[in-house]
Amino acid sequence: MPIAKALNAGIHAAMAKDEKVLMFGQDVAQLGGVFRVTEGLLKDFGPSRIFNSPIAESGIVGTAIGLAMRGYRPVTEIQFDGFVFPAFNQITSQLAKLTSRSEGFLKMPVVIRIPYGGGIGAVEHHSESPEAYFAHTAGLRVITPSNSNDAYWMIQQAIESNDPVVVFEPKRRYWQKGPVNLDTPPMSMHSARVLREGNQVTLLSYGPMVPTAIQAAELAAQEGINLEVIDLRSLSPIDYPTILASVQKTGRAIIAAEAPTNLSISAEVAARIQENAFYHLEAPVIRVGSFDTPYPPAKLEEAYLPDADRILEAVDRVLAY
Amino acid sequence: MLQLLAPDGTYAVPSEYAEYGEIIANLSEFELTRLYRDMARMRRFDTEATALQRQGQLGLWVPAIGQEAAQIGSGHAVAHNDHIFPSYREHGVAITHGVELMSILKLMRGVNHGGWNPEETRFHQYAIVLGSQVLHAVGYAMGIKLDGKIGSDDPENDLAVISYFGDGATAEGDVSESLLFAAINDAPIVFFIQNNQWAISSNVSDQTRVPLYKRGVGFGVEGMQVDGNDVLACYAATKIHMDNARSGKGPFLIEAMTYRIGAHTTSDDPTKYRDEAEVDRWRAKDPLARFEIFLRRQGIGDDFFEEVITAGDELAADIRAQTFALTTPGLENIFDYVYTDPHPEIDRQKAWLLAYEKQMGAHE
Repeated sequence: MPIAKALNAGIHAAMAKDEKVLMFGQDVAQLGGVFRVTEGLLKDFGPSRIFNSPIAESGIVGTAIGLAMRGYRPVTEIQFDGFVFPAFNQITSQLAKLTSRSEGFLKMPVVIRIPYGGGIGAVEHHSESPEAYFAHTAGLRVITPSNSNDAYWMIQQAIESNDPVVVFEPKRRYWQKGPVNLDTPPMSMHSARVLREGNQVTLLSYGPMVPTAIQAAELAAQEGINLEVIDLRSLSPIDYPTILASVQKTGRAIIAAEAPTNLSISAEVAARIQENAFYHLEAPVIRVGSFDTPYPPAKLEEAYLPDADRILEAVDRVLAY
Repeated sequence: MLQLLAPDGTYAVPSEYAEYGEIIANLSEFELTRLYRDMARMRRFDTEATALQRQGQLGLWVPAIGQEAAQIGSGHAVAHNDHIFPSYREHGVAITHGVELMSILKLMRGVNHGGWNPEETRFHQYAIVLGSQVLHAVGYAMGIKLDGKIGSDDPENDLAVISYFGDGATAEGDVSESLLFAAINDAPIVFFIQNNQWAISSNVSDQTRVPLYKRGVGFGVEGMQVDGNDVLACYAATKIHMDNARSGKGPFLIEAMTYRIGAHTTSDDPTKYRDEAEVDRWRAKDPLARFEIFLRRQGIGDDFFEEVITAGDELAADIRAQTFALTTPGLENIFDYVYTDPHPEIDRQKAWLLAYEKQMGAHE
């Protein structure tokens, strides 16, 4: 099933399992959200479990915090990546800190779903990758599924978490189909996964860039170059043992993501690799990302976003050492 | 504006506020004297905390002198199972709900960021980002309604929420969003604005063109203005509108007109932005002085007032001794409450710091 349907099925399963799970945000009820991720939930769970919120992101997250204090497990939808910032104080200064502010008396089981990333030909504020802001904030957990099976299970794991989880959903891959195992969860939502084994270069990626990374690995294989592809899945915390084990094997690492590279997830991963696997490295760690500019108008986004060729250019560079 | 007790201590119930007068008429002597006792306790706590800050025992103090009637009157009108979402100056409201006062001093000393159990006291964490807590209060009230805990006429079942904030916080977008979310959800909440006239150095006249009690009307939240230095008006207004919220009549807004006699915090210097004459005009409307006149006319004698002074001195000595005895928490406190569920990165950093400190200590 497509990623959007898998998320829908995951939220449905969580709501069926625990009556304290609520779903709200802009246009999520009758319409099912602008991407239809919550389609049909109103029919099955009724207006006290899933409801539309006013167009006020701070209010959505702020009231979710109050509902969590009352014992609910709210799942909120922020309609697009670029619309999350009115809620930034409530997410980073309130939601993220109330557990520590209260010395553990308050649990904050709140999920914030954010469709993110570009490549859909949209107008401004609909194509951004703001994940680093949230991964930088202590108290939050940040995950990003890249395929349907992960989407189905990771959204449920996020809802079961007693900590706040920001779920970045790869919006340009919403309709990418993949198998879903409805019986067995694959692994912890905070584990990285090796998608393709190799021994020459470790290619790390997450979210909407994962299919691009796989494509790059397939192209490289045609030239006899063997890439190990890892999907980070979790951006806070990051599964360093899996990453370091791979880099210790390959001696080379590239991290590819849509976000601007300056002070990004990619930057942190690169720093940690050099700090913890220095003697295994044969080449500098290279970040393949977009530029330190605002997201450009849609007609320019193809050149702005990294693609398989930009990854392969980096592969050539790390192999030249 | 609802006023039952004039600054000269005269008690009179205007005919349009008869139901508010009935609330006061039903108060026992115990309840009346408790209002005075707690206002005096709040003031004594405040002067002692200010002294502790000046002596370097607290990093900061946030004085609330002048606001005793607004806080003690409203706080005592909130039922024991209702929930309170304060800002950071609500030391008096904390007193009415049994919050351990040392919790507040720990926060101001820098021992922790609060750390009391809000489910036990119903008094939630202090909120320093203005207006942020008001949305939490509305969300909590939405949850109460989802739980079916309103409108049953059973005082042990029904509950409501009160959120405190000041005139300055009304400018925050979160307060406007709170009014909207409360209105469209018919949430059981009272918004209690203490208009103490000053947001640090900004006068309320620079913060709004329309009286604050009217702020909610465009959102669908009716409001009223009360004399915030009249403890009986604050009590009666809060009691009636919390009862209404609990019975399912939706949100309401109360603007209590009061005054911050002291500085914004111990880091502030109000002489730079306001006249002493203005402060004197408000001192003449002191909430304790007028209530003392009222109580004496009710036959409360010197014994009671002397006992209150003695209790205040005991409280001051007690919190002074306890503040001096406060210990610095262990370094593990930096890490232990960041997440509820286990987190490998936090565990790793905690282990590193503890090992580092141990090693450095060994070299001393």
